[in-house]
Amino acid sequence: MSERLRFRGARVVDPASGRDEVADVVAQDGVVVPVEPGANETVLDCDGLVLAPGLVDLHTHLRQPGREDAETVETGCRAAALGGYTAVAPMANTDPVADHAAVIHEVRELGRLAGLCDVFPVGAITRGLEGETMAELGEMVEAGVRIFSDDGRCVPTARILRNALTYARTFEGVVIAEHCEDGTLAEGGQMHEGLPSTTLGLAGQPREAEEIVVARDLALARLSRGRLHLCHLSSAGSVEMVRRAKADGLLVSAEVTPHHLVFCDEDLRTYDTNRKVNPPLRSPEDRAALAAGLADGTIDVVATDHAPHAVEDKEVEFDQAPFGTIGLETALAVVMTHLVEPEVISLARAIEALSTNPARILGAAGHGGPIEPGRPANLVVFDPAAAWTPEPPFASRSRNSAFIGHPLHGRVVHTMLRGELVVADGKAQR
Amino acid sequence: MNQHLLSIHDVSAADITRILDVAESFREVGTRVIKKVPALRGRTIVNLFYENSTRTRISFELAAKRLSADVINFTTSGTSVAKGESLKDTALTLQAMGADAIVIRHSSSGSPLTLTRWVKGSVINAGDGTHEHPTQALLDLYTMRDRLGRLDGLRVAIVGDVLHSRVARSLSHALATMGAEATLVGPPTLIPDDVTAWGVQVSHDLESVLPKLDVCYMLRVQRERQRQQYFPSVREYARLFGLTRERVTMLPEGALVMHPGPMNRGVEIDSDVADLPRSVIEEQVTNGIAIRMSLLYLLLGGSGAEEATADV
Repeated sequence: MSERLRFRGARVVDPASGRDEVADVVAQDGVVVPVEPGANETVLDCDGLVLAPGLVDLHTHLRQPGREDAETVETGCRAAALGGYTAVAPMANTDPVADHAAVIHEVRELGRLAGLCDVFPVGAITRGLEGETMAELGEMVEAGVRIFSDDGRCVPTARILRNALTYARTFEGVVIAEHCEDGTLAEGGQMHEGLPSTTLGLAGQPREAEEIVVARDLALARLSRGRLHLCHLSSAGSVEMVRRAKADGLLVSAEVTPHHLVFCDEDLRTYDTNRKVNPPLRSPEDRAALAAGLADGTIDVVATDHAPHAVEDKEVEFDQAPFGTIGLETALAVVMTHLVEPEVISLARAIEALSTNPARILGAAGHGGPIEPGRPANLVVFDPAAAWTPEPPFASRSRNSAFIGHPLHGRVVHTMLRGELVVADGKAQR
Repeated sequence: MNQHLLSIHDVSAADITRILDVAESFREVGTRVIKKVPALRGRTIVNLFYENSTRTRISFELAAKRLSADVINFTTSGTSVAKGESLKDTALTLQAMGADAIVIRHSSSGSPLTLTRWVKGSVINAGDGTHEHPTQALLDLYTMRDRLGRLDGLRVAIVGDVLHSRVARSLSHALATMGAEATLVGPPTLIPDDVTAWGVQVSHDLESVLPKLDVCYMLRVQRERQRQQYFPSVREYARLFGLTRERVTMLPEGALVMHPGPMNRGVEIDSDVADLPRSVIEEQVTNGIAIRMSLLYLLLGGSGAEEATADV
């Protein structure tokens, strides 16, 4: 018998079981065990803290293989663990592309060796992300893949996406995840198109570049009866289309990033390249619609789109910088500060969007709760009130955070991965 | 005055008036046999040009030299930049060499602001991407005031490719600041819908606007916009929005024709029109030197600026 560990007196928030109560949770031998007085147990006082199922990030870029100068599986997993994540789904746009089983195995193995959080690689829909021929989805499903995406790009033609959605029905629980962007309309766009882009002299991407593809993809989901997940929604129109599609019974899910819930195009007035993201930060009205969509369940998931970029790639002229912000270390605090504290969503809804729902979509059975005896002890304990301000350096190898200098509340204290405290008292243990 | 000149939005009406007034006293220097005053002797000004712009660079260079400053021209071809040096490293190098002011021209919007993060001296925006060109707006205001005697209440049309024009952005705001009435004219593909928030009017009909103007300001229209399908052809653009010799007669007597240069004769402006007495395009160039002298002087001159101008 290994050591027993008791989290004492935490507010246990577990949407999968509907629990929200102050209680003890005990872990031993990698799993949750019944709360009984036990000998030789270590007690962690969790008074005033929240205990929840470990967070699950459906949309991560770990950059390995290919850009290990920006992030590695290990540094990304450390950032994830410190952010309260016990599972991440790294996207396929690595070099080489994760469009075959060998890369999938490599990335998962690197995650296993790091031992900081579980890694569920996303496979490419098309070979080389080129949008022309379908990758061998079956081989990757055998290697454990459940989500396929050409993220970073949209599948360009309706026919190929239709076939991918239809073909994916061969496999149980497989999801096609789309980055919705009409490249011909968005081409060259540095930020959302509107008065701020016009005044700043930056080429704009209209929200219609996203909405056109959301409309197309929902039509194809209907046609194919496939399972569709829409990545990082950014516009009010997209949210409304997803709301209607769900009411019509389509098998569709959707995600939003923390940065789209907090910032808008007006926040680019200083030409801060860390806020240059794709899809772009849109108007305050779009931001409000995203929060409303998250609150009413139209949007299922908060996913980081953690996109590390080397400092020399981001510290350049605005139009020369790549898109993306890191987010694993700040996502929980951003949701707590900007959505839970102002009572836009409840704490339970926040955990559902950060853990329960993404675990379900990812098919990560050991994650997302319920926190019950016999279940893997993948847990996060955090202080919902702790104030801090993100500043580099980060555990991520990159420092391109849109939240630098932005005061937040909510800090991870412990992260437990299958019974092991990989983060204890806010410090990574590996 | 602020430390930098990055955007005309940072300059108040009072400051604009002061810049124009000081330029007035400097213009006389350009008419002397010895066109030089010692105002900035010993100061170092770097012209950092990432885009070819001979006229703007020469204008800044002459302005600095007439103030007796030491001028370094740093253009990007054949330099460390051509070898891949970043803006940041170039900035740190210039900083280490003790530049008092950096005049930057860059194809990327916002790069003058970005540059201020890495240097201690003044940064002057000499045109950044499709964002702003504040010294052009100032010399245009100077020329209008010089010729027409006032700015308040002037009716000015800015005609052409507003979408891609840094001149239009700076000039629109500068005119609004000084109480002039600006109308932006062009096809809707080249006039963003939301520009009315700048305090300007919008029209897609040049001929209806011309009879009410004090100034008709033509923007350069690049032939590349045809390839990008902002309009079907240069020929059609010229037919609808060019200032032809027929159209120019619709302007009231005394109204000016202006252009920031370089002109595309036969596209936005007919050759004959550019050479009419009411066209003040060369005066704009001449006044540009005085305006840039004024700016450099006010930005670098410090607290003694007022007294020193008394005896230039």
